[in-house]
Amino acid sequence: MSHNNDHGHDHDHSELSDIELRVRALETLLTEKGYVDPPALDNLVETYETKVGPKNGARVVAKAWTDPDYRERLLKDATAAIAELGYTGRQGEHMVAVENTADRHNMVVCTLCSCYPWSVLGLPPVWYKSAPYRSRAVRDPRGVLAEFGVSLPEDTEITVWDSTAEVRYLVIPRRPDGTEGLSEEELADLVTRDSMIGTGLALPPSPSHGASA
Amino acid sequence: MSLPNELGLTPSLPLDVDGGPVFSEPWEARVFALTVQAHQAGVFTWSEWTAALGAELARDGDGSEGTAGYYDRWIDAFEGLLATKGIAAAGQLAALKTAWDEAARATPHGEPIVLEGRRS
Repeated sequence: MSHNNDHGHDHDHSELSDIELRVRALETLLTEKGYVDPPALDNLVETYETKVGPKNGARVVAKAWTDPDYRERLLKDATAAIAELGYTGRQGEHMVAVENTADRHNMVVCTLCSCYPWSVLGLPPVWYKSAPYRSRAVRDPRGVLAEFGVSLPEDTEITVWDSTAEVRYLVIPRRPDGTEGLSEEELADLVTRDSMIGTGLALPPSPSHGASA
Repeated sequence: MSLPNELGLTPSLPLDVDGGPVFSEPWEARVFALTVQAHQAGVFTWSEWTAALGAELARDGDGSEGTAGYYDRWIDAFEGLLATKGIAAAGQLAALKTAWDEAARATPHGEPIVLEGRRS
């Protein structure tokens, strides 16, 4: 495995926006006064994690699967290619797309600050922000993937990308087999958030796919 | 945890096709959840909350700007109502905000940001 960006931002500190600071101040105060129970709060937020933003990233991936020119543009300049579809982050983050292949699997880590392309991926899962996830993803990516139910062939190289304040990553999962006849929209339904973080794979097509949507 | 039955009475609440709240940024979901929990802990009734939010929305304009800025108004109203209820004085929140800002700046990128001696 290789680990990118191990160095280069050690001196970097984290930064929270004014509104994030206000939300944290409220949460700390209400927690200290016993009105809010942090685990229950995380649970409640978790139920909304799919409700933040449209599934923009899934559409980006589906387009890359079906349009070779778009795929090339995405790999070359993901920020511009994602903006082509009308998706831009409020924070103007710089996006980099990394593609899974038969030989290489990519996964992304970061932590609690805003280093997460929510405008593309939606709300980060609660576990994504946990310190153990981050350190273990770097140290033992294969073990972490196994816990997520993803087992890769021994010879697949795993690359772990560490998000920074400047660069956020989008994993392009491998297109599942048996999806030749599907439309871009149907393909987008197979692209889960976890597959775009690299902790999951794109879903296999169901025989009735599209009928129940 | 369930949502208040009176959720539908919340003025102008952005909803998705299934009738659930929808957010454009993670902090919005968090402040929404904080409000629901504070309500469920008995800090205020949902009608007190909708009145406070409605007043804030009305104060800010004609409400024709759609959902943009909706949760900015929401957090203003939430802070205001907590102050009214004597739960959170403005000075307390300002001090905590400063503490979080200092904690963030002192935290190397990639480490979780924590307030010492508070939330783990």
